Amino acid sequence: MSNPGTEALQVRSSDDVVRVRQRVRALAVDAGLSLVDQTKIVTAASELARNMIDYAGGGKTVFEVVGSGTTRGVRLTFEDKGPGIPDIPLALKDGYTTGNGLGLGLGGAKRLSSDFVIESKVGLGTKIVITRWK
Amino acid sequence: MDRIPILKLGEALLVTIQVDMHDRLATALEEDLTAKIVSAHAKGVLIDISALEIVDSFIGRMLDNIASVSRILDAETVVVGMRPAVAITLVELGLSLTGVKTALNVERGMELIKRRLEAEAASVESGD
Amino acid sequence: MAQTEIATIAQLLATHEREILAQWLAELRSTAQSGRISEAELETQCRNFLQLLRTTLAKGSAQVGHAGFAPVRDMLADISRARALQGFSPVETATFIFSLKRPVFAALNKETNLSPAAMAQALWAITVLLDDLGLHTMEAYQKAREEVISRQQMEITELSTPVIKLWEGILAVPLIGTLDSSRTQVVMEALLQAIVDQSAEIAIIDITGVPTVDTLTAQHLLKTVSAARLMGADCIISGIRPQIAQTIVHLGVQLDVISKASLADALAVALRRTGRAVVKLAKPDKNQNEKAGV
Repeated sequence: MSNPGTEALQVRSSDDVVRVRQRVRALAVDAGLSLVDQTKIVTAASELARNMIDYAGGGKTVFEVVGSGTTRGVRLTFEDKGPGIPDIPLALKDGYTTGNGLGLGLGGAKRLSSDFVIESKVGLGTKIVITRWK
Repeated sequence: MDRIPILKLGEALLVTIQVDMHDRLATALEEDLTAKIVSAHAKGVLIDISALEIVDSFIGRMLDNIASVSRILDAETVVVGMRPAVAITLVELGLSLTGVKTALNVERGMELIKRRLEAEAASVESGD
Repeated sequence: MAQTEIATIAQLLATHEREILAQWLAELRSTAQSGRISEAELETQCRNFLQLLRTTLAKGSAQVGHAGFAPVRDMLADISRARALQGFSPVETATFIFSLKRPVFAALNKETNLSPAAMAQALWAITVLLDDLGLHTMEAYQKAREEVISRQQMEITELSTPVIKLWEGILAVPLIGTLDSSRTQVVMEALLQAIVDQSAEIAIIDITGVPTVDTLTAQHLLKTVSAARLMGADCIISGIRPQIAQTIVHLGVQLDVISKASLADALAVALRRTGRAVVKLAKPDKNQNEKAGV
């Protein structure tokens, strides 16, 4: 069940990645994040959205503004039904890639976020939730 | 489909990236640049990213590719105009773009390219 | 809390409002609340709070965490924040609510038409309610104090990160104190913005004032250097004391950047790199100087 004030986007092509970036930027501005923090969360979102396409054939992104008052933030959920990640610590290591990437997406997204939670089951899919607080 | 225009600026090529790029546009740019470096005998490539609010690993890879290909074709690539927020984010992301030269703006970028050409000319003259 | 108890308490507060208020103020006065806050202001706060509490309970709201109690929570939060900013202690702030217990119990005692069971239930309900409100007060107080601390930290960080223009295209950042990750963020932002504003080609980062350099500090330094490079500015690190140089080598950190012992040396390198030379003038003519007022 989704809370009021959340929205979801299906991510299947690189055009969708552009859409994700624009959505996240708008939310980050809304939540009052500084320019650097906006840039960080949008970049993290771009990495994770792209990962979903490259490794899982696509997925879903959920956008939320969380918190209240001076502690507001942006929370994004990236969920796919792809092959899953067998070794998460390995996947988080910089430079590790099973594709053509630079291998920075997962670890990089983690560094750019305030909070980073990942669940993954081989054969079932992956769910990543990142939050950037003001 | 729109393609990003490539301008000739002296002995260099100037590319100004102003849109949020999707994959096809990036691939097209790499192809167009490669072709034009050869056809225009360019010695330098200036990529102006001052309009980019985001540079992710995809764009980073594109810049690295362009720099590598240009080098093989004897042209130097300089990326100019990176925004402070983007630089801070890239470093945190772990993208140091070490294979790419950078400059504050197009003017400085051209100076860099000219200096390299002058250095090369000087070393040719002195018989290195 | 059952509806009957809510109604009981609301009725209680209505019937005995004046005595409760008077006793509450007396309690607060005796615990040295006044002094930093005027009698009149305190009385207004107490009266308003009691009224709001009574009307909220009369509407049937009883759970402190629920939406109906929001006005009460907000009023308490405002009072607690004000106390925190005025320098009241945590105990003094919490006492605002807890000292309300005795007057309300006293009022309850006067209700002779309640059965012992009903009396006990009402007593418990009041206790739970005031305890919850007391906890809420503490949370609001804590938050306010944390906000003050973080604001002060930011101010300190900003004050200790000046970016200085040494020459056309050459700037310097003297770092004072430890370089943690939040400090590094501030330094990076200030440095990069200065690079843009001054069209700087060279940034000298002086670490004379940095007491120790561990692996983390070195990483932060390197991040700053990388960020400046991405914007086309080269960095020089100066002020490396002998001990720090040894530490860096022992840690196995690759400081992939020019480093100079002193800021002066770094400036000399920077001037040369930007195509300048400092030339000593021939002996100045005394008469000429006097005429020029030099």
